[in-house]
Amino acid sequence: MAENGVGASVRRKEDNRFLIGKGNYTDDITIAGQTHAVFLRSPHAHATINSIDTIAASAAPGVVAIFTGDDLAADGIGPLICGVTVTSDDGQPHRAPVHPALAQGKVNYVGDHVAVVIAESLSQAKDAAELVEVDYGVLPAVTNTATAADEGQTQIHEVAPGNLCFNWPFGDKAAVEEVFTAAHKVSSLELINNRMVTNPMEPRAAIADYNAGTEEITLHLTTQNPHVHRLVLSAFNQLAPEHKLRVVGPDVGGGFGAKIFIYAEELVVGWACRKVNRPVKWTADRTEAFLSDAHGRDHVSTAEMAMDENGKFLALRVMTRANLGAYLSTFGTMVPSYLYAFLLAGQYSTPLIYSEVKAVFTNTAPVDASRGAGRPEATFLLERLVDVCAADMGLDPVEIRRRNFIPVEAFPYQTPVVQCYDSGDYHAALDKALVLANYGSFAARAEEAKSRGKRRGIGLSSYVEACGIAPSAAVGQLGGGVGLWESAQVRFNPTGNVQVFTGTHSHGQGHETTFAQLVTEQLGVPFGNIEVIHGDTAKTQFGMGTYGSRSLAVGGVAISKACEKLIAKGKKIAAHALEAAEGDIEFADGNFTVAGTDKAMSIEAVAFNAYVPHSYPEGLEPGFDENAFFDPLNFSFPAGTHICEVEVDPDTGEVEIIKYSAVDDFGKLINPMIVAGQVHGGIAHGVGQALLEGCRYDSEGQLITASYMDYAMPRADNLPSFDIDYAPTDPPDNPLGVKGCGEAGAIGAPPAVINAIVNALGVKHIDMPATPETVWRAAQSV
Amino acid sequence: MLTVKMSVNGKPVSAELEDRTLLVQLLRENLRLTGTHIGCDTSQCGACVVHVNGVSVKSCTLLAVQADGAEVTTIEGLAKNGVLHPMQQAFMDNHGLQCGFCTPGMVMSALDIVKRNGSAVDEATVRKELEGNICRCTGYHNIVKSVQAGAKSMGG
Amino acid sequence: MYEFSYKKVSSVEDAVAAMQSADDGKFVAGGQTMLPTMKHRLASPSDLIDLGGIGALNGISIDDDTVTIGAMTTHASVAASSEVQVAIPALAKLAGNIGDPAVRNRGTIGGSIANNDPAADYPAAVIALGATVKTNKREIPGDEFFTGMFETALAEDEVITAVSFPMVDKAAYMKFENPASRYAIVGVFVAKSGDSVRVGITGATPCAHRGMRLEAALNGNFSAAAVEGVKIPVEKMNSDIHASAEYRAHLVKVMTRRAVEACS
Repeated sequence: MAENGVGASVRRKEDNRFLIGKGNYTDDITIAGQTHAVFLRSPHAHATINSIDTIAASAAPGVVAIFTGDDLAADGIGPLICGVTVTSDDGQPHRAPVHPALAQGKVNYVGDHVAVVIAESLSQAKDAAELVEVDYGVLPAVTNTATAADEGQTQIHEVAPGNLCFNWPFGDKAAVEEVFTAAHKVSSLELINNRMVTNPMEPRAAIADYNAGTEEITLHLTTQNPHVHRLVLSAFNQLAPEHKLRVVGPDVGGGFGAKIFIYAEELVVGWACRKVNRPVKWTADRTEAFLSDAHGRDHVSTAEMAMDENGKFLALRVMTRANLGAYLSTFGTMVPSYLYAFLLAGQYSTPLIYSEVKAVFTNTAPVDASRGAGRPEATFLLERLVDVCAADMGLDPVEIRRRNFIPVEAFPYQTPVVQCYDSGDYHAALDKALVLANYGSFAARAEEAKSRGKRRGIGLSSYVEACGIAPSAAVGQLGGGVGLWESAQVRFNPTGNVQVFTGTHSHGQGHETTFAQLVTEQLGVPFGNIEVIHGDTAKTQFGMGTYGSRSLAVGGVAISKACEKLIAKGKKIAAHALEAAEGDIEFADGNFTVAGTDKAMSIEAVAFNAYVPHSYPEGLEPGFDENAFFDPLNFSFPAGTHICEVEVDPDTGEVEIIKYSAVDDFGKLINPMIVAGQVHGGIAHGVGQALLEGCRYDSEGQLITASYMDYAMPRADNLPSFDIDYAPTDPPDNPLGVKGCGEAGAIGAPPAVINAIVNALGVKHIDMPATPETVWRAAQSV
Repeated sequence: MLTVKMSVNGKPVSAELEDRTLLVQLLRENLRLTGTHIGCDTSQCGACVVHVNGVSVKSCTLLAVQADGAEVTTIEGLAKNGVLHPMQQAFMDNHGLQCGFCTPGMVMSALDIVKRNGSAVDEATVRKELEGNICRCTGYHNIVKSVQAGAKSMGG
Repeated sequence: MYEFSYKKVSSVEDAVAAMQSADDGKFVAGGQTMLPTMKHRLASPSDLIDLGGIGALNGISIDDDTVTIGAMTTHASVAASSEVQVAIPALAKLAGNIGDPAVRNRGTIGGSIANNDPAADYPAAVIALGATVKTNKREIPGDEFFTGMFETALAEDEVITAVSFPMVDKAAYMKFENPASRYAIVGVFVAKSGDSVRVGITGATPCAHRGMRLEAALNGNFSAAAVEGVKIPVEKMNSDIHASAEYRAHLVKVMTRRAVEACS
C-alpha cells in the first residue's frame, strides 16, 4: 500500500479550509454590484391567480425589477422538467403537468413561486415583496397521499385525471395471486413511509452574473451536479446555450439529494441577471427551504407475504400510493418506481413479486430523491413485513431471515425484479452483527430494564440497496433521459504534481481525499502533490455529479482508468528515454523500470519529458494528461444487517437508543475513516426518520412543520455512539471492488429502530416517526 | 444608522450600520468573515455561534449594536500563525466534519463546553450541551469524539 | 426585520422615558425570542429599547429566606450560581436546561417571564415557588403575574427589575421536552414548604398556572401515589402536532409524580 493510499484513514484535505472558516459556499460569494432576489411565494395550497399588481412594489425604495411568470414565458424560459419517464398501466407515459418556474395563472402548493422581486438590498427586496398585491381565488386543497386519487377529490391538473401521475404495475399479478391462494400462511401489513424534508444544513442559494462582453452567464449554486444543471438549464429551460453557461457548485453544505434537482429559483436568478444586467443573488432562509426544497418519501402501502409451512417466502405483493407533490421534480417519477419496486426482493430469495405503484399529485411541495431515494421505502416495507411474518410463524426474526436469505453461492443473483445482485454474503453480515449487538444476551438486559419499569426491545434490519447509480443502457431502457457514466481527467503538470478533474461533486463526502488516495496508490505520486478539482463546468470535463452513492463506484473507476492510460503512455516515453523496448518497461511505486535492470525513471520525470519532448518517441503526442469515461455494466449492491436496541419508557413513550450496531458490505474501503463517517451520518438520518422527523401539511395544505421549532432534527443527545463493522464481499462488476456507502445508514436504520420498538412493546406495528405520544399510545394498547 | 465599534478576532472594527443589522450580518457582509454561517432563522441550528466577551452566542440572534464595545471571536480567530487551535485539530483528527457548514459553530460551541466543563468532559455532557448545534452529515459520533479529544488536548 | 430605532439605556428611568416617547416601543432583554420574532416580521416595533446596559438589573442576591434575581440576569448565570444551587437547587437546574448554552448566555429571567411563552420554563417556578415579580412600579405576586398566552400583568411602560423566590424545603422541576423546539410540552414545578405544597405547570395550557387539584392531593400526602387519583381536565389542555390534549394531561401527572419523587 502506498503511503496515504488505498485503505488508509487519511485525514481529509478539505478540512483545513472548513476549520479555519475559509470554505467558499454560495452565500459567501459576493459580486460587485450584486442585487438581491426575494421570491414571493403562494400562501395558498391551491388557488387561481386572478391578478398580480406590482405597481406599488415597483416604486418601493431600492427595487430594481419585479418579474412574474408572464415575463419568463415572454422570453421562452422554462418550464421545469422531469427527466425520467414511467409508463402507466394504460400504456401512456406518466402525466406531466406543465411546471412553470414562476406561476402562470395558478398556484399549486404553499411556497409555489409567484413573482421575484430584485432590489439593491435583501431588506428592500423583502419590504417590496410585501407590497405586491396578488388576487387569489382559493380552491380546495388535496394533501392526503392515501386519498388524493380517490373519486370526488379536487382536480389539481387537467392533464392528470384523478390526480394520478401514473399507475405502474410490475410483475406477474396472476401468478402471485395463485401462490397467495395456495399459501400456508399470508402475513400482511399496512404502513406509511413518512414524508421527510431533507434538510442539508446549508440552505439552497444561487448567484448569477451575466457578462455582456462574452454573453456568458456564470451561475454559482448549491448543486450536487453542476453539469446536469447546465445541461437541463440549457437544453430544456432555454437559459443559455450550453457553451455560454458556466455552472459552479463551490463548497456545498450537504446535499442528501435535495441539491440534485433543477429548481425554479436557480433558473429565475440565472435569467434575471441578464434582464437587469446586474449580478443577482438569492439565498433561501430555512422556512423557504422547508417550503420549496423537494421533499422525500411519503408512501402509503399494503404489503403481503405468502409463506410455506417453514416460513419460506413464496411471493410478495405490494400496493403503494406515492405522493409526488404538486409538480414533478427533476427525478420525481423515478423514486417510487425504479428505485423502489426493483429493490423489493431485499436480501431474500422470494421467487415472485408483484407491485403496483400509484403515484399521485397533491397540493404539497414536489417530492423527489432524498438520501436513499426509494430504497429506504422498499427496505422499511420489507423489513417490517419480515418481522410480522416471523411473529405470525412463531419464528425468531433472525431465524426467518436466515431461512430466506439468498445464499452466498447464488451470486451473482438474478432477482425477480430486474436487478441482478453482484455479490453478497448476507449470513456473514448477520452473524457478525449479532455478535456486535450482543444479541444472545438480550433477554437478560430486557429483564433488568423491566425491573426499572422500562421496556427493552431489539430489532434487525437486513437491507440491500442499488448504488453506483449508472449503467447508462439500463437507465435509458427504463425511461431515463440521461447517460449515467462518469468522467475523469488526470493531468500531470510539468513540475510533476497532479490535478485530478472529476465529474462528481463533493459536498461532504471527502472526494478530494479519497480520490487523491486512489491516484497516489496507482501512480505513486505523493499524496500531497495531488489536487482533486470538481464542481465547475468551466474547469472540468462533462460529468454527471454525485447522488446514489455513485461517486467512487463510477467516478473513482473513471479516475483509475485515466491513470491506466497515463501509465500506458508513460511506458512509451520511458522506453524511449531508457532506450529499452516498451514491452520491457514495468511500472510500480511511481517508477518506470526496465525489467531485470536498475534502469528507472520516475513518473514525474516522464511527465516533464512529455511536456519538454526534446527527445521523445516518434509519433507520440506530447503532454501527460488523460481523460477517461466509465460506464459500468451494473449497479453495485451494498448490503448489511443493522441491529438497534431501544429502551422505551411506557409512562411517557420516550424511546432511548441504547445501542446501534451495523455490519455493512461496501466491498473494498478506500478510506475507512470517511466510510465510517458516512455510515454514522446515514444512521442518524434514518433514526431521524424513525423517531423524529415528520413533515406535516394540514388539510388546507399549510405546511405546519416549516421550521426547526416543529420539524425535529436529530441532535447529539438523541443518538448514541454507533458500533460499526464490515463484512465485505468482492463485487465482480466493479474494477475497484467498491460498492458505495453514503445511503446505507438511512436505508438500514428506520426498520431496525421500529422493529426494536415493536419488539419492546409487543405490538404489530407502529408508524414513523415514532414520537413519544405515538409510542405511549401503542404502549397503552397492550 | 448607527456607528458600531468592537474588537473582532483582536482587531478593532468600526461600521456604519442600519439599526436592524444582526451581528452575523456585520461579520459576513461588512467584515467578509464568512466562516460564520446561517443555517436557520429560529436560533436552533448553531451554525452562527461566535464568542462575545468569551461566551458563546448565536450571532443571528443578536443585533450588531448589542455587541458594541465587545470582544468578538469567530472561527477565523482561532488558528494562530497558521497553527490550528487544538479543538480545530481535534475535529480534523477525528473526522468531526463532513460538508463543513455546521463546523464553525460546532467548534465555537465546543470551546464553550470545555470552558464550562473542563478537559475531562464526558460523552453524555457533550451530547447534551451540543443541543443548540445541528449537523446533518456526521450523526454526531465523530463530533462528540472530536470535542472530547479537543478538550483533552486543551487541558494539557 | 422591519426597520426600527435602537435605543440603549443605562437606567430604568431612561428606559421608561424612552418607552413613553416611542410610537410603538418594545423593551428587549436578551432578545432570544424577540429577535427571531422580528426576523420573521411577526413584530414591528418602532423602537427597540435595550435593557442590557442597566447594570442594576443584573445580579443575584440571597438573604435568609429569599433568592432575588435581577431581571437581566442570564439563564447561564442563574444555572452557574453556587448560591442558587444551594438555596433553591431546582431553580438553578431549571435555568440550566432552558434553550441551549448559547441561548442561556443571552436569555434572561426578566425577558422570559415578560414574554410569557406558554411553553417557557420560568413561569412554572415563579408560580410554584410563590415568587414576587418586582417592577419599577410595584411588586406583583407570582400567581397574578401571568394573565394569558403571551400576556402578563405588566403595563406597557413597566419594567421588571427582579424576581424574588422564597426558599422552600424541597422543590423539583420536571420537563417533558418538545423533540423539535425543546420547549416544554409539559413542565411541572413542585415546591414543598412545611405542609404546604405548590405546583406550577407550564406547556400544558395556554398560560402557566397553578395545579390546584394536584396541590390538594399532595397537601397531606406528599407522595407520587397521591397524584394517581387526580383528574386533569383534558379539555383545558393544549393540543398540537406534538402532543394531544389527552397526552398532555397524562404527562402533567407523570411529570408531577417524578417531581414529587425527586423531592424526596
